[in-house]
Amino acid sequence: MWIAPRALQQQGMLGMNRRNIDYISRYNNRRRYPLVDNKLETKLLAEDYGIATPRLRQVVRTQHEIRQAARQLAAMDSFAIKPARGSGGKGILVITRQEQGRFIKASGQALDPVDIERDLSNILAGLYSLSGLPDVAIIEDVIRMAPQFTGYSYQGVPDVRIILFKGYPVMAMMRLSTEHSDGKANLHKGAVGVGLDIASGRCLKAVQFNRRLYRHPDTGRHLHDLEIPGWRQLLLRAARCFEATGLGYIGADLVVDAERGALLLELNARPGLAIQVANGFGLLPRLRHLEALRRAHLSPEERVDYAISTFDRQ
Amino acid sequence: MTSRMPFYVGLAALVVTGLSLAWLRHAELGVPWLPGEKRPVWLVEARVDFIARDEPVLVSLDIPDNPPGFQVISEQAASPGFGFSIVREQGDRRGEWSVQQAEGPRTLYYKSQVVPELMPEQPADEGTAPAAPPSVFWEEPQGTAARELLREAQQRSSTPESLARVLIKRLSTDNPDQNATLLLDTDTKPVILKRLLHQAGVPARLSTGLRLEDARRRQPLQTFVEVHNGERWRVFDTDSGEQGIPKNVLLWQRGTDSLLDVMGGERSRVSFSMLRQTVPSLGLAASEAGRTNFPLFGLYQLPIEEQGMFRILLLLPLGALVVAFMRIVVGVRTSGTFMPVLIAVAFLQTSLMPGIITFVVIVMLGLMLRGYLSMLNLLLVARISALIILVIFMTSIISVVGYRMGLNPGNTITFFPMVILAWTIERLSILWEEEGAHEVLIQGSGSLLVAVAAYLVMRDPVASHLSFNFPELHLIVLALILLMGQYTGYRLSELRRFAAMSERD
Repeated sequence: MWIAPRALQQQGMLGMNRRNIDYISRYNNRRRYPLVDNKLETKLLAEDYGIATPRLRQVVRTQHEIRQAARQLAAMDSFAIKPARGSGGKGILVITRQEQGRFIKASGQALDPVDIERDLSNILAGLYSLSGLPDVAIIEDVIRMAPQFTGYSYQGVPDVRIILFKGYPVMAMMRLSTEHSDGKANLHKGAVGVGLDIASGRCLKAVQFNRRLYRHPDTGRHLHDLEIPGWRQLLLRAARCFEATGLGYIGADLVVDAERGALLLELNARPGLAIQVANGFGLLPRLRHLEALRRAHLSPEERVDYAISTFDRQ
Repeated sequence: MTSRMPFYVGLAALVVTGLSLAWLRHAELGVPWLPGEKRPVWLVEARVDFIARDEPVLVSLDIPDNPPGFQVISEQAASPGFGFSIVREQGDRRGEWSVQQAEGPRTLYYKSQVVPELMPEQPADEGTAPAAPPSVFWEEPQGTAARELLREAQQRSSTPESLARVLIKRLSTDNPDQNATLLLDTDTKPVILKRLLHQAGVPARLSTGLRLEDARRRQPLQTFVEVHNGERWRVFDTDSGEQGIPKNVLLWQRGTDSLLDVMGGERSRVSFSMLRQTVPSLGLAASEAGRTNFPLFGLYQLPIEEQGMFRILLLLPLGALVVAFMRIVVGVRTSGTFMPVLIAVAFLQTSLMPGIITFVVIVMLGLMLRGYLSMLNLLLVARISALIILVIFMTSIISVVGYRMGLNPGNTITFFPMVILAWTIERLSILWEEEGAHEVLIQGSGSLLVAVAAYLVMRDPVASHLSFNFPELHLIVLALILLMGQYTGYRLSELRRFAAMSERD
């Protein structure tokens, strides 16, 4: 049930205190946090730096725009509504199709236009935002899950979390939602974390609630042959976030869209530590290696290639 | 990477400064290191408030006169603009403040330091025997009742003391008989007692005493009846009939009717607060020798009410130290960073178990009510405000119910910081909605655990002695906290969280 500190040290596990002192407070400038705390800002910034994100359809900022927005939504087959400052996937509404003027959610539930309007109004009032601040709603295209991933996830599209240190991808993990996690991709709620090899994008190890497992608990699909298509492109798009935000230690969440490839969903300036358990080894050796680098690589391409060649499976 | 050297040098400087100042205080002023090494001194403060009517003002307050069992080592009055003198009127010692003209609310202080006598000697005979008691007149039917009661009591008693005891017993039983009830309806018990004793020809008088309890504010006066047995006055508790002055009771007013007279003012009232100081024998000796002031630096010169506050305030750094340790080194998750310290401070007043029970009850009820509030879709500020009002309601109700059930701690619940409680409930409730009941349980019990740990540290007599008498030691606490802020090692909780890493593949 317990592990000795020495054993953790040997495996290079990064602890909460060290993450906060040596990495977050040293490499992340507080003034730039708003860039990642607000999805809309992240999105606009990402576009400027050539990082693909789900296509933005509309932004609803004030209460009186809701009626107008709802009318335009009626003309769209599928869309996703998100609160800009929401966290942990709260307040996200995904509509996959329309039937006779009703909106059908991913779970199959049907909603009336009034329900959509109420949801928008809740978002603007700050129901889902941290500490209840007034918020804006963004309306995006729905992500089409790449066919390779069917059976790897219970509802919801699996996303890839990449830890970027000084712009180098250092560790990656795919998060698969389960029935237990209620379709959410949060590991502490019971989602499956699959550690990914930085060099190849292939599965290294999978855990749920810190316990190793080999098949998806709901679909039963083998996890060890999980592989991310277009891995280098995904790393490249993630690596550009360093130039975009200027933050040295971030977690980038991306999804793989069937048509457009890797899309950036959101950034996190305080990425969690569970990714180490999913990979089966600690972050510290890689972080230290990069800190000791005499001359940093300037372009995202160089950094990605360096990471791919250096952080091969140990 | 910048050098950490200046940082550690700074920390060392803090520790050295703290230790040397403390040593200086110990060596020069004789403040002892441990709470046991000293004698208690009670600092009693009477505060008179009144509203002056724009005319000459004369305030006369009865003050202690050689209270039995205590020794008065200093007396002083704080009264801006007033002249103060101690006068003796018909054997009664009074403090008198006067001013030619005053208007508006005024506050006067009388402070006295008393030391319990180590060997309470028999009080000396107080001069001449008192005059025969005045005759007593009763209205009917109280007259008959009094005669009847007295007749029965006299049959069962032989001396003035035993008569007093029997009478007190008759008036204090849970279901007094008809005669007693009839009398008690007309006046308070002490007054009835005095009149009955007078009627029996026994000299009797009323006294009031202060029960000395540490850091009490607005302590009420307790009335005693004194009976003269021909040789000396004997003091009786009017509820239990016990003879003698209870330990820790300072007789404030003896044998006079008026505690406070105010001429030229209105709405006057007097309140008492007190503080138990521990003074080294050295300082005590110095002040007994005629110097009324305590050593020059230190917190002893503040008014007692403020000293009581400082005593708690100076414990907070220890609580902060516990929180820092529990969060940084142990890794306990709490709801709100310093909420546990404030809860621990409340526990100091309520004592542990009642405190924990009330805290849990209030938070649970609060979560239920908050569940209803969340259905109303209120804005955050309105929701918190509503919650604060509900929390105040709940604590009032719990206080009243507790009082009815005879639980004394009921009264002290008001020490809980209402606003903090409301925020705690709000946070836990959001947590419940977002992360589920499990997380609420973890953070709620984490907060409680940290609060109890902080309470145990702050309640420690040595800790509270050192923090109040050696404020400079807080520099060391500060250094420790700064040091912990640099701790980059694993948290205890992470050794468990990452336990899965031990299974090698």
